[in-house]
Amino acid sequence: MMIRLLAGLVALVLPLSAMAQEKVLRAVLHADVRVIDPIWTTQTIANIHGALIYDTLFGNDPDQKPYPQMVGKYEISADRLTYTFTLRDGLKFHDGSPVTTKDVIASLKRWGAKDGVGQRLLGYVTKMEAVDDKTFTMVLREPYGMVLESLGKSGSSIAAIMREKEALTDPQQQVKESIGSGPFTFAKDQWVPGSKAVYLKNKDYVPRPGNEPATGFAGSKVPGVDRIELVWISDPQTAMSALINGEIDFYENPNIDFLPLLAKAKGVKLLKTGKIDSTQGMIRLNHLHPPFDNVKARQAMYYLINQEDFLRAIVGDPKYYRVCHALLTCGGPYENDGGSQWMKEYNPKKALQLLKEAGYKGEPITVLSATDHNTITPATQVLIQAMREAGINVDAQSMDWGSVVSRRAKKEPPAQGGWNIFVTTSGGVGSSNPVLHTWIGASCDKGLFGWPCDPEVEKLRNAFGMAANEDERKKIAKELQTRAMDDVVFLPFGQWDSPLAYRADKIDGVVANTGLVVLWGITKK
Amino acid sequence: MTAYIVRRLFATLPVMAVVAVFVFFLLRLAPGDPAAIIAGDDATAESIAAVRAKLGLDRPIVEQFVVWLWGLLKGDMGVSIFSDLPVRRLIAQRMEPTIALTLSTLFVAVGLAIPIGVVAAWKARKLVDRLVMAFAVLGFAMPVFVLAYVLIYFFAVQWQLLPVQGYRPIAEGLWPFVESLILPSVALGVTYMALIARITRASMLEVLQQDYIRTANAKGLATDRVLLLHALKNAAVPIVTVIGIGIALLISGVVITETVFNIPGLGRLTVDAVLKRDYPIVQGLILVFAAAKVLVNLLIDISYAFLDPRIRY
Repeated sequence: MMIRLLAGLVALVLPLSAMAQEKVLRAVLHADVRVIDPIWTTQTIANIHGALIYDTLFGNDPDQKPYPQMVGKYEISADRLTYTFTLRDGLKFHDGSPVTTKDVIASLKRWGAKDGVGQRLLGYVTKMEAVDDKTFTMVLREPYGMVLESLGKSGSSIAAIMREKEALTDPQQQVKESIGSGPFTFAKDQWVPGSKAVYLKNKDYVPRPGNEPATGFAGSKVPGVDRIELVWISDPQTAMSALINGEIDFYENPNIDFLPLLAKAKGVKLLKTGKIDSTQGMIRLNHLHPPFDNVKARQAMYYLINQEDFLRAIVGDPKYYRVCHALLTCGGPYENDGGSQWMKEYNPKKALQLLKEAGYKGEPITVLSATDHNTITPATQVLIQAMREAGINVDAQSMDWGSVVSRRAKKEPPAQGGWNIFVTTSGGVGSSNPVLHTWIGASCDKGLFGWPCDPEVEKLRNAFGMAANEDERKKIAKELQTRAMDDVVFLPFGQWDSPLAYRADKIDGVVANTGLVVLWGITKK
Repeated sequence: MTAYIVRRLFATLPVMAVVAVFVFFLLRLAPGDPAAIIAGDDATAESIAAVRAKLGLDRPIVEQFVVWLWGLLKGDMGVSIFSDLPVRRLIAQRMEPTIALTLSTLFVAVGLAIPIGVVAAWKARKLVDRLVMAFAVLGFAMPVFVLAYVLIYFFAVQWQLLPVQGYRPIAEGLWPFVESLILPSVALGVTYMALIARITRASMLEVLQQDYIRTANAKGLATDRVLLLHALKNAAVPIVTVIGIGIALLISGVVITETVFNIPGLGRLTVDAVLKRDYPIVQGLILVFAAAKVLVNLLIDISYAFLDPRIRY
């Protein structure tokens, strides 16, 4: 009896000690992995998952400069119309099959059919052809200048390279398998959606030579641990306590209210996200229906925006926010003051007067008011208060964020289930570049909710993509922002950072985010 | 008795059918669109419509219902809209933590509440009784999440005696399993304990007035025998009833407890699925909860016959 008991104890202890030797990174991110296809959805979390298991041809650094990842060498023709890419040696999918240009071309086509940036790029591509298994060409009809940046983009919908088998899946459907060629493999059998996603080190991964340090999505992707567990803790206070207690190593987005506590906690370090990896607050007006189908009514809304009011309500601590009277990310390469004069004055009386001049007669203005979002909810409350103080008839419709997301897609008039205003946010990385920043677009019916319609804005976005050098890009970015502010594609209400927190006594190699959190280079002490 | 049980089990079928119909149509009437959530913030209206079409969510509701019902009759609860995994697998993954939490809570609550309820009745209107009643009022009034955070702060963060969060299956060892359930069971169990203690006290007070108790005391029986054999057994029917009702309360209680203690159980699965409008999961879960509720009621009814010989089915 005693011997059997001992044998049982040994059997129980052995696998545990084997697990103890395994280097495991336990991270809590802003959401749980529910979707495994980074093309099917634009959700950030699906792209963090994608960035672990898939590789990309290029990777952008924190300044959004593209560097080769899967590509070993590339050439651009003198007329900037033909790009020739050759893949690095040794690239293999997790099932052992080699990565070929067939896989790459199919993957880019799927990405280009779904993602806004991809659609724009593939709109200029006349053909993509495999020269052999490792080399392919991309031929453009015009010298589009954002080819490499687009291929290396982070944030939403990365240009993930899948096996041809999965890449041929309809982009409106989710792929069934998560087999990439990235630094980690996805342990699908251990996946508990809503609780945990597990990634195992890809022992066959060949990182870029030279052991380049990870900087954004650029640099060698050297897997730093044997196993990454993305643990989903939905309650921010529990997640904070778990970090302080050492049960998790990394917490992507601690609540700003908890930062003072975390700063004092033993072994915990806070790291500000990358210089443009901030969040931008946006108020979107519906251009389809009165009163905001009139540009004068839209411009009147600028007089209701005192960014400090919004930022104090959302963030509180000025260390983590900045007033930014711009549509392109402040601190980014294309930050400029074009059109910022609109935001200099907070004057509710003038707002109402301008609205009346635009034909507003006190009709209810429907605001979609999310009740369960940690930043959008307080921002919406501040906006509603400002509108009411001005004497505007506000019809605030309270609902959860899921319902806002659904309702904002409706083009019907507000009285028939549509809307006039909703509040949202955008990632600073995407918002730093006029081509990547989809919310600055004004492509009418084809654009994002609110459907701004200004051909001049779209012309300037295209011109930005065609610009031959940085000076020209900066000039166009300013013209574009001026035009978009005049047309009121959206109203910015400031910019804030969300520092990440981690156990500095347990892990090393944490780098600032670049649209997506970079986990592959983190090592365990 | 067997015929009664079989009859009751068959009677669950129309109940489940009504639940299925209500849940399906209420979910579809509620605002929200999973396609919009999947497509994400940067998706256009056209892209959302395309996702909706691929998921079959643009089909008439009645057609969607027939497809779901037909699958259900074949034992197929469908697949999650988001993860594309079978609902049956997702529910099965989450069963163990919830069952473990529910049983451990019942163990803590019933194990403590009945003795303190009996003692309070025995020492009615004395200090012990007042203390028990004060505890019952406090336990009943304190929201589960407040108690949960207080317990986490002291027992996990300050004194580092127990883990803050997570669930360790029994396969990983008995102590890690027990350790992961102590704080959640106490947090969830206190309200429940307060309820059972109050009912036990009230029921016992009524029984203790009865002539047969006076007779038992007059015969010189020991107090513990009078309390446990004569009084408690006769006071048991309302106590068992409230334990049964309490299991339904526990189902709603685990939603909060599982969230605060990050236990990957059915409660969290429910909340996440509702927030994401993952219809097949919500539908499957409601059916499971309804079946559990019906089963618990049946067990409670059967237990009456054992506790009170006058009750016959």
